[in-house]
Amino acid sequence: MNPVQLLAVFAENKPDQLARVTAALASAHLNIHWIGIADVQKFGVIRFLVDRTDLAFDTLKQRGFTVSRVDVLAVEVEDCPGALHIVAKTLSAAGISLNNCSGFVFGRRAIILLETSDLELARQTLAHHGLKILSETEILQL
Amino acid sequence: MTLMYWQRDLETMPRDPLRALQLQRLQDTVARVEACVPFYQSQFASTRFTAAELRTLEDVRRLPFTTNADLRNHYPYGLVAVPPNRLSRLHTSSGTTGKPKAIFFSQRDVDQAAELVARCLIMVGATADDVLQNMMTYGLFTGALVVHYGAEKVGLLVIPAGPGNSERQLLLMRDFGTTLFHCTPSYALYLADFMERHGVDPRRDLKLRKALIGAEAHSEATRAKIEASLGIQAYNSYGLSEMNGPGVAFECEHQQGMHLWEDHYLLEIINPDTGDPVPDGDPGELVLTTLCREAMPLLRYRTRDITAIIPEPCPCGRTHRRLRRITGRSDDMLIVRGVNIYPQQIERILMAVPELGRNYLIELDGLDEMTIKVELSPAHFDGHVEHLVQLESRLVDKIRAEILTKPKLQLVAPGSLPISEGKAKRVIDRRVL
Repeated sequence: MNPVQLLAVFAENKPDQLARVTAALASAHLNIHWIGIADVQKFGVIRFLVDRTDLAFDTLKQRGFTVSRVDVLAVEVEDCPGALHIVAKTLSAAGISLNNCSGFVFGRRAIILLETSDLELARQTLAHHGLKILSETEILQL
Repeated sequence: MTLMYWQRDLETMPRDPLRALQLQRLQDTVARVEACVPFYQSQFASTRFTAAELRTLEDVRRLPFTTNADLRNHYPYGLVAVPPNRLSRLHTSSGTTGKPKAIFFSQRDVDQAAELVARCLIMVGATADDVLQNMMTYGLFTGALVVHYGAEKVGLLVIPAGPGNSERQLLLMRDFGTTLFHCTPSYALYLADFMERHGVDPRRDLKLRKALIGAEAHSEATRAKIEASLGIQAYNSYGLSEMNGPGVAFECEHQQGMHLWEDHYLLEIINPDTGDPVPDGDPGELVLTTLCREAMPLLRYRTRDITAIIPEPCPCGRTHRRLRRITGRSDDMLIVRGVNIYPQQIERILMAVPELGRNYLIELDGLDEMTIKVELSPAHFDGHVEHLVQLESRLVDKIRAEILTKPKLQLVAPGSLPISEGKAKRVIDRRVL
């Protein structure tokens, strides 16, 4: 399996929380490819895709952040109507439900980041239906 | 007929005979602990003191202090002065180390504590016609049971309502015509607020006339607020579990300080730093010696409560000197919405959850709002916000089951709570009482 690793940082809902994390990443010359924040009012989890995951993890850890790695599946689809629907339909037909989903478009390439409780099953299902799964190296080369 | 005193001779005894009675009881107490309490035997030995040297009341200063820590260190039976088969009741008072302080009563102690409460009830004008709703916690805490027994002695109808569940409290007050109630100042304010929100006008809809307010230090402003919002008179009650609970000192009808029953407790006010006595009227730490207690006499117990003696005689005719309102709050117990809570109860739950770190803080605000802030354990963080939400609600349920009131819970980042040096500051009480 070739999951993509995101970093997740716990943050209280306070004004300076994101800035503290980005300052740490910037000082280590880490490049952020993607960011998402899951927020539940009093606290949230900030997630990043960065160019050097291990370095970013160690940097944040050393600075006292509560940080963890999260595996997601990166699926590439065409940037056209109905492309996401193919992914959603395929997963739903296999009875797989999503915990988290986000996406972005880079050039003409659309990337979907997926999280399920069984990533390997999701990967097999999507690959079986001819969908392209990107490795971490591939996604970072975008 | 309204009684003026419960035990007139004792309550109005002139100072000289009262002091003679105190000395005799002090000598008896000291002789007894010297004979049968190993803790005091070793204390006396280390200061080369013998009970026979105690000739005047002032000699009490030669006795060692007894502290909170002594009670914990000699838990559970270390300070008991009677054979085990003479013990008839256990109460406890908890503390920061998790081990409670055990307080034992003999049958005579139970009865005498009730007598003192009876004095207090008569002193505030209660009669056998009154209906007392007792909204303190029944159980190991002394607050409810000791008042309960005293009220039964006077002949009041006692409703052992216990704390919390304001809707039911209101129903009991209505249906049984409650005239007197006993609770904490914060719960009295909460109830007043509750009534207002539910369209209840206590003056019109209820028969309340007086309240016994205790277990928490509170200000004159709080008393005024309780009285105005409920249309009653509220009397300040002082007690501590180590001294039998409620009934140690209580206000009379004049509401100008609390009479401390000096035939049962020898009173000193000391400078808490030096241990030296302060002049009458000056603030200091209250130190009490039991004069009548059988099961567990305590010498010079450091209450950690800050007050001052009011030396002037009181127009009510009682000769027992009065204490000013307690200004320092030092007990570890919290009372939130009338429910007794020990931080240790919450701590025990938090510490058993691997996803949590060790640092936590209990914050109390406004009208009995409790927020528990707890740090996450970095090692258990898995990056999933939904797991944190589940953790939060699981914790709220567990804590609610333990303390019977629903707290707000806030997960915070590891290391974000203040780290205390020495004894942890676990509670920040910003309630305005």
